Amino acid sequence: MFRPRPEIPAATIAVEVEGRIVLVPAGASAAAAVLMAGLSSIRETPVGASERGPYCMMGSCFDCLAEIDGAPNRQSCMVAARPGMRIRRQRGARAIEIE
Amino acid sequence: MRRFDAIVIGGGLVGTAIGYGLTRAGLAVALLDEGDIAYRASRGNFGLVWVQSKGLGAPHYQRWTRRSAEEWPLLAAELENTGVDVGLEQKGGAQLCLGEAELAKRRAMMEQMRAEAGNFGFEYRMLDHDELAAMLPGLGSAVVGASWTPYDGHANSLALFHALHNGFAAAGGTYLPNCTVTQVAAAPGDFRIDAGGETVGAPRIVLAAGLGNAELAPLFGLSAPVRPQRGQILVTERTTRAWPIPLGSIRQTPEGSILLGSSEEDVGFDTSQKPEIMRAIARRAVLSFPWLAELQIVRAWAALRVMPPDGLPIYDESERFPGAFTANCHSGVTLAGAHANLFAPMVANGALDPMLAPFSAKRFDVPAAA
Repeated sequence: MFRPRPEIPAATIAVEVEGRIVLVPAGASAAAAVLMAGLSSIRETPVGASERGPYCMMGSCFDCLAEIDGAPNRQSCMVAARPGMRIRRQRGARAIEIE
Repeated sequence: MRRFDAIVIGGGLVGTAIGYGLTRAGLAVALLDEGDIAYRASRGNFGLVWVQSKGLGAPHYQRWTRRSAEEWPLLAAELENTGVDVGLEQKGGAQLCLGEAELAKRRAMMEQMRAEAGNFGFEYRMLDHDELAAMLPGLGSAVVGASWTPYDGHANSLALFHALHNGFAAAGGTYLPNCTVTQVAAAPGDFRIDAGGETVGAPRIVLAAGLGNAELAPLFGLSAPVRPQRGQILVTERTTRAWPIPLGSIRQTPEGSILLGSSEEDVGFDTSQKPEIMRAIARRAVLSFPWLAELQIVRAWAALRVMPPDGLPIYDESERFPGAFTANCHSGVTLAGAHANLFAPMVANGALDPMLAPFSAKRFDVPAAA
């Protein structure tokens, strides 16, 4: 569905999206990695459990929420991809952690 | 000119609840709404149906708030017909106290509320830290206790707003948006309003324009000396449900968002946000529940409460121009039940019930001592 623009540098950064290794160019966001992995959704909404994926790519719509390196509900379009980053599906609301 | 049985000026929660009640009483109602230049407290409020702190030293206000809380379940059930779930949860609420001084003050306040309730009664309990901790997971050690009453609750105030508008339209009400009042002609039982390029007329009129009432009321022989009081709110990401009840300045919606609020500032018509206030709100929340510190804030805003000089609502009817009424308060959500089910029928009948007499703005006419 998505193709990188021709002027974009080669994809050299390896990240893990839902258990699959994807290469993305330097400067790409975690949400871009989700799209390049071919996924159309990366979260399930808290109330209706319907699937959502990256949409606005500019921090407005909150539809790209994902668990990134263990941190829940991250806006993946606002997080730069780093080598070895683990991007996982956000299933519903964040679980509260009470000691 | 289009003629109606009643005109309501103000399409916020107060005006729409009254307009809804009037249409259900069989009146043809025009609801004039200002438009996007309005301050719209109805879109910035916290969403509490809150009884326990209302009316200290003013038993008539305590009673009116309680009456509204009693009407709320009926209103919510009725509004189900509009296809919008207003999300009412009314299983009681607790106000957390940080430190012994706060708790002692709260205890004294609740005792006074009960004493002033008289035969009407006022059920409450003071809970200690251990009782609270059993009910509220992750409670911070800074919370030494809380006051609890069974009357409190919360709702989705935007859904309420939507449902009231739907209900008003479904009952035959005429909603007129982008209608800032430009010209007023008042005579006893005969009112004409120019707004948004058209003229509407009716024998009754209700001024429910929030902060706009200060300017409108004198045109009808009334007074509404309201001022803006700013409140700021923070909203966290959604989490699994932590608490079954609202906690005053902290509440979690059924969808999982946690709202933090209840600041009060007198800064005029200024809806900007201030980091120091946001910090204070967040600090108190984290003292109450340390695990909140891990959550991300996803939204924040400021809005203006409609505040009469003594903090109590203003309900009035004009002596000079019978048929003109005012309704002003800072609790458009809590009082929605009373506005739709109690106040509107009074307007439909042409006179306010004596129970509302203490709310007249005449209470502000006492000359200041020299």
